[in-house]
Amino acid sequence: MSDLDQFRRETRAWLEANCPPEMRKPVTRDEDVFWGGRNTKFASEAQKVWFERMRDRGWTVPDWPKQYGGGGLDPAEAKVLREEMAKIGARPPLSSFGIWMLGPALLKYGTDAQKAEHLPKITAGLIRWCQGYSEPNAGSDLASLQTRAESDGDDFVITGQKIWTSYANYADWIFCLVRTDPAAKKHDGISFILFDMTSKGVSTKPILLISGKSPFCETFFDGVRVPKSHVVGTINRGWDVAKYLLQHERAMISGLGDRSVGRPLGQIAADSVGTDGQGRLDDAMLRSQIASFEVDEAALSCAAERAVDLAKAGQGHPAFSSAMKYYGTELNKRRYEILMSAGGADALEWESERSREGIRPRAWLRTKANSIEGGTSEVMLGIVAKRILDLPGA
Amino acid sequence: MPLVLTEEQSMLRDSARGLISDKAPIAHLRQLRDGKDADGFSRALWKTFAEMGFAGLLVPEAFGGSGLGCVEAGVVMEEIGRTLMPSPFLSTAVVGASALSRGGSEEQKSAYLPKIADGSLLTALAIDEGAKHRPLHTALQAVRAGNGFKLSGAKAFVVDGHVADLLIVAARSAGNAGDRNGLTLFLVDPKAKGVAIERTVMVDAHNAARITFDNVEVNADGVLGEVDGGAALLEGVLNIGRGAVASEMVGLSEEVFGRTVTYLKERKQFGKLIGEFQALQHRAAQLYIDIEITRAAVLKALQALDNDVDKAGAAVAVAKARAGTTATLAVQEGVQMHGGMGMTDQFDIGFFMKRARVAQELFGDSNFHAEQLAEGKGY
Repeated sequence: MSDLDQFRRETRAWLEANCPPEMRKPVTRDEDVFWGGRNTKFASEAQKVWFERMRDRGWTVPDWPKQYGGGGLDPAEAKVLREEMAKIGARPPLSSFGIWMLGPALLKYGTDAQKAEHLPKITAGLIRWCQGYSEPNAGSDLASLQTRAESDGDDFVITGQKIWTSYANYADWIFCLVRTDPAAKKHDGISFILFDMTSKGVSTKPILLISGKSPFCETFFDGVRVPKSHVVGTINRGWDVAKYLLQHERAMISGLGDRSVGRPLGQIAADSVGTDGQGRLDDAMLRSQIASFEVDEAALSCAAERAVDLAKAGQGHPAFSSAMKYYGTELNKRRYEILMSAGGADALEWESERSREGIRPRAWLRTKANSIEGGTSEVMLGIVAKRILDLPGA
Repeated sequence: MPLVLTEEQSMLRDSARGLISDKAPIAHLRQLRDGKDADGFSRALWKTFAEMGFAGLLVPEAFGGSGLGCVEAGVVMEEIGRTLMPSPFLSTAVVGASALSRGGSEEQKSAYLPKIADGSLLTALAIDEGAKHRPLHTALQAVRAGNGFKLSGAKAFVVDGHVADLLIVAARSAGNAGDRNGLTLFLVDPKAKGVAIERTVMVDAHNAARITFDNVEVNADGVLGEVDGGAALLEGVLNIGRGAVASEMVGLSEEVFGRTVTYLKERKQFGKLIGEFQALQHRAAQLYIDIEITRAAVLKALQALDNDVDKAGAAVAVAKARAGTTATLAVQEGVQMHGGMGMTDQFDIGFFMKRARVAQELFGDSNFHAEQLAEGKGY
């Protein structure tokens, strides 16, 4: 038996013994997701137990080095763990922008001191991070951001405004892009800096979205004092860090609405449209939409698997995450259009207990942001055209 | 298993690409078409294919082949897709070899497999009867007669039907059209009494035939696999063929895409390279993404076939459905972006469009396979 088979057997047994039954059910409510942080609360005892057991094994972030509280797994082992978790429907024990976005950037660009300070608090779910990227006048053209960081001795003094900051009102720390050299070309005067959201001068204001929820905030900085040692990478070279982080963000977003969890679309549709004598959905057009959706969904998950394997084999293209982000988010929007069509009038209820306060229409509306956040679909296609296809022009 | 080619598979690809691009560029197909070649392919080239071990790729080593798998067959098919080389590789080396090695008795295997591997025997699978691929609706009758059967009925879209030395015929020996039970596969000599073969020149200038069977006598030893229980064997063989055609379509799509992107970087209008226009850049990027996703799905299906043919159905359905829609998009965008030049026969791009249409129909189109997936999932 190969080492990997052995690892799979042990992992399967450990998960079987340690993942509480409640943590194997699909996530249906916001509080089913555990984000960690200073002010966090567990929604249930099972959620707490599951988180703590996984944390103690280093499996909140299985592929990070052990010294930072990760699991030290190689890519093949991490894949096995994902597969075994998926097999029993195990929920992620911890969700975190620290894991998906900041961590990879710190591992590449951070100093030893920065890594030692921040990574263990991410793996242990102690600090919840938010991302200060977009500004009111810097959306797709992110590099035109204007939030100023002025040098004052050993500190920077930060003034400006961010927008679409996910969960800024719950976050403990922020990783933030600021302009440290206003005279330089737009990509060359940006720094990537970390600071505590309880610092004097930071305030947040939730933005009410079309879903009726407020996952994003406006975030204001009024003379926030931050030590220069909190800059990640070189001062004025923050764009490199920002771009690297975006690759990870895009990979994360392309995996949203992950597929293998929850009831199959065909069954969900059968609840509302019914079936004919042969068990087929009583809406032939909807049935064919679902079938072609599922063809594309299955193919995308092959591509996601292949992207990991290509990267491992050193054959991946760094811009490929943009391709996956584009397709994954467009597909997720399609999925929710199908779900809304399948649900018919039942899927329109916004407040009733029956509809769990409109969980489906709110989720449907939320997906519309998928192809905007983290780089719009149009920006993604532009990146593919220029960086992968090498097409001419600006 | 990682979803990337192994080193050996990459080497196989390189050697197939070397041979095919050298000996059978599009000009080769054009020449066969314009010369109204009686065979529709080059026998000399097929001999070279056999000498390089490609004809016996899927033939077990015990019968003179290399005993490789569907991933390797897919690698060769992809290269065939790049130049649209007409060749019995699909009909014989993939479908014929699979049918015989999976369903054949020891006698049948010894009689035919070594000849497939050395390039001296060509086979053709006769399956479709109507305009669309509906294997379970097979109605060609097999009636017991003495020690064997008599076959009556008609087949269409039989790839390489007019050059085959051996026909593999799906027939109904019991039950009714649509039933899973009651299907039997037969090995039939194309020269047998009652067999009439009409070559049907297709839009893509590749081989196909209509074949009628009028009380054709087949001995009991002409049965391939089980009497009445041939559905599972047939499905397995068809799935291997589908995986191969999907690979051909990936190669075809990528070649068309490559030529199109090159054109976008050369052609000037309004004082600019047309590749500078965002409208075209985004469409090119979408097509690239589509092809990459399809490539992953096809490799997954080929690996699934090598793992267990009987469990690969869903993966193959996804692959063939995706390959069909992707190739259709690729050739349409290819012609459109080449503008008027794309409409000319002199330009190669039209050959790809024609072949994509045929490959889409072959062994079930995208709708057929999406339907298979829906049925399998029970909705």
